[in-house]
Amino acid sequence: MDGLQYLENFLQSLVAGLLMGSMYGLMCVGLTVIFGVMRVINFAQGEFMMLGMYFAYFCFSWFGAYAFFNGVWFPFMLALLAGPALFLVGVLLHRILINAVTGHKASKLEAEGHYAQLVLTLGVALVLQNGGLFFFGSTPVSVSNELSYSAWEWGPMVGDRVSVFVNQAQTISAILAIIVVVAFGLVMARTRLGKSLRASADNPDAATYMGINVDRCHRVAFGFGVAITAIGGGLLASNAPFQPYIGTEYVIIMYAGVVLGGLGSVRGAFLGGMTIGILQQVSAIILPNQLQNTIIFVCFLIIILFRPQGFFGTRDRTA
Amino acid sequence: MTTGKEKLSPAVKKDFRHIGLFGLVYIVLALLISNSYYQLIMTIVPVWAVMGLSWNLLSGYSGLISFGHAAFFGLGAYLVALGLALWNLSPWLTIILATLTGGLSGLLVGIPTFRLRGHYFALAMLAYPLALLYIFEWLGYQEVALPMNREAPLAYMQFENPFFYVLISILLLMLAMAITSLLSHSRFGLSLLAIKLDEDAAEAAGINTLYWKLVAITVSGAIAGAAGGFYAVVLLVVTPLAVFGMLVSAQALIFAMFGGVGTLWGPVLGAFILVPLSEILYARYAADFPGIQGVIYGVAIIAVILFAPEGIIWKLRSLMKPNLGRVLGTSASQANTDIDEGLLARHDDKAGQNILTVNNLSKSYGGLKAANDLSFSVRNRELLGIIGPNGAGKTTLFNLLNGFVAPDEGEILFRDNSLLKLKPNRICALGIARTFQVAKPFAHLSILDNVILGAYVHSKDKDEAQQLASAAIKLVGLIDKCDSPASNLTNRELRLMELARALASKPRLILVDEILAGLDPEAMENVLEVLRKVQLLGITIVIIEHSMQAMVQLVDRFIVLDHGALLAEGIPDDIVKDDRVIEAYLGKKWLDRDE
Repeated sequence: MDGLQYLENFLQSLVAGLLMGSMYGLMCVGLTVIFGVMRVINFAQGEFMMLGMYFAYFCFSWFGAYAFFNGVWFPFMLALLAGPALFLVGVLLHRILINAVTGHKASKLEAEGHYAQLVLTLGVALVLQNGGLFFFGSTPVSVSNELSYSAWEWGPMVGDRVSVFVNQAQTISAILAIIVVVAFGLVMARTRLGKSLRASADNPDAATYMGINVDRCHRVAFGFGVAITAIGGGLLASNAPFQPYIGTEYVIIMYAGVVLGGLGSVRGAFLGGMTIGILQQVSAIILPNQLQNTIIFVCFLIIILFRPQGFFGTRDRTA
Repeated sequence: MTTGKEKLSPAVKKDFRHIGLFGLVYIVLALLISNSYYQLIMTIVPVWAVMGLSWNLLSGYSGLISFGHAAFFGLGAYLVALGLALWNLSPWLTIILATLTGGLSGLLVGIPTFRLRGHYFALAMLAYPLALLYIFEWLGYQEVALPMNREAPLAYMQFENPFFYVLISILLLMLAMAITSLLSHSRFGLSLLAIKLDEDAAEAAGINTLYWKLVAITVSGAIAGAAGGFYAVVLLVVTPLAVFGMLVSAQALIFAMFGGVGTLWGPVLGAFILVPLSEILYARYAADFPGIQGVIYGVAIIAVILFAPEGIIWKLRSLMKPNLGRVLGTSASQANTDIDEGLLARHDDKAGQNILTVNNLSKSYGGLKAANDLSFSVRNRELLGIIGPNGAGKTTLFNLLNGFVAPDEGEILFRDNSLLKLKPNRICALGIARTFQVAKPFAHLSILDNVILGAYVHSKDKDEAQQLASAAIKLVGLIDKCDSPASNLTNRELRLMELARALASKPRLILVDEILAGLDPEAMENVLEVLRKVQLLGITIVIIEHSMQAMVQLVDRFIVLDHGALLAEGIPDDIVKDDRVIEAYLGKKWLDRDE
């Protein structure tokens, strides 16, 4: 390979990284919302992504046969619909389980409930992924349409020698991911709901005195977090095959992005997820496929060991 | 730590008897069973109990949750599998190597990862086995089968009669249990418990927290490595997912948490209930419901968190004896009430000399100067009061002196030794003890155990620690209550217990942080009385307080801080008349009022 070939590979990976990174960023935002508002490390976040994927898959296979639904836009619409659907799941789960070890209940537990939360969400993750095996089967499935196999050609450049192909499905997914993140950012910044969420994040006690229902805020935040990650999963579903165990590797990817961006920061989480996506794709130029995820785990370890407050966060949250 | 010469404590002997009896019953039971499927389950159950104990030894005792024990287990399993498949090494040898590898990798993982606490530690631990999983896949070891050795089956741990696997398995478990019992009843157990309850308080009480955590993860890794190595022999096939997968780490955690965190029998109980349950259900329903094991483990752990957060054993214990605090077996009712309080004194420093000298000490947080070019000294055996309004930098000064915070500039000399760059536990060992503004008791421990933790710094063994602790408790006047858990104490008693914990380390200098805050006048008088007694022993006291009243009668000398800087210094009579002090406390208007 000559230099231009390298350049082409690099650009190709960079573009793929930016597109994948947008979806990772979206999922990271979901995870960080839960941490930011509730101070809960949610271990089951990968499984909510998985549920988002299967939501898109099942709706696609049930309704896709009807003429009305077989347009190329349908999978993307389903991905967005996974949001509200999983929002309900999140709210329900919070009410039944998560609420028992978070918020006002947490203060009575050892280490402010951190261990209880980690272990409880681990239990939820185990039930969801293994239950998923029963309901969804272990055969990898995917939601794909013609856009998944079509690309726009960017180039040729440098005298016909360098061309970059941009996958159409990924591009649409990435744009949708960015739209969702921006919309969520606006909700948080501009609306009354966003203000109460931020208030209960900053100081739950003070927020309670101001008449904010902190428990409800936590429930909504958990629902939002689950929904956003599920949309990310739905968007990824049109990209590559998946099975019920996919959550475990993505939970690390998500945490890598979130920690990189500074736990609790929405902007940081998106940029962190984006960085991880780029890193993963670009490292594929020099590393064998199986090691793509290892590089992410190693980066995650390096970040968490040497700069646990992250790079993009506005506040120090290492405590 | 228990040495060879030392006799086993009664608690350990009792554990050993129970372990021996338990093993014997298990072996007899195994002899009666000839169904090879049940024999396999009887082999696997102890392996998982060992994994539960391994996890428990680190996370159960120290409170640092590990999601990564699969790393040690998997390395052990692969070492044994590859050793046999590639180099024809006998598992008898490679299981020992797997144990060493597990211990070494535990140490290597611990050194960087113990920088982190809480959920950051848990997350970081998760990454190790998953990174290894992909590395082993990449190396091409997706499935390593252990070849049969027909010529010398015994030399390769290949038995025709499955009973022998059960035997090795239960012996392994008994060994892991014996190690757990020995460690938990030694200084190790109490130190890790202190770390779990409050790492800062432990460090300030002179416990080298990093050292004990490294011991824990090394032993824990070694046990997990051995379990993984033997598991490979039993299953005959090793795949990355089966040994490095999330479920392995999760199972270790689940068995320990289900049975009882931080106990000897908890992890064993957890494995003995959950493994057979999931195996039997798996055998019956796997065809229709392939993920049933994971679901059972998930449900089990959710149920535990909701209904018995520390596991079955603790739940049963609290149901049977609701009033019992979580008192360690080491010391109940072993306080020596006739002890001479003079034991705490050192008598080797002359009064009047400088014991502590602080030169040009500065520390800023962003723009805030918490300590601004501070210079002062503390004389031997004096009672020095440091006062100043809220935010004057009093507690920061203590944090600088006992090593929690590193100064930006300046030096601190204690009996001519520089304290810069020393960790809090070293500083405590040199003879500076402290109490905290917000009392940091180890709530589940008895008063005596709380104080013994402080006493370990200066004692060779538990007896000496107990003597020192008894003396300190007697000095502060809590000797009648020394067996009650710290969570039952009044505010005054808590402060006194903290003081006793600091005294038990045989300090030369004791830093007392707002010990009077929130006490009623009667309690305050009692505490002041105790402080005078401490001073009479020849121990130097530096006390922070923001109310001047009580202090005026008590201290020999005052230092007044304001905005991190030294405002005034002198005997109480001068200080209360000092204009600068009055201004700092009451504002300029107050000062102008009389003029």
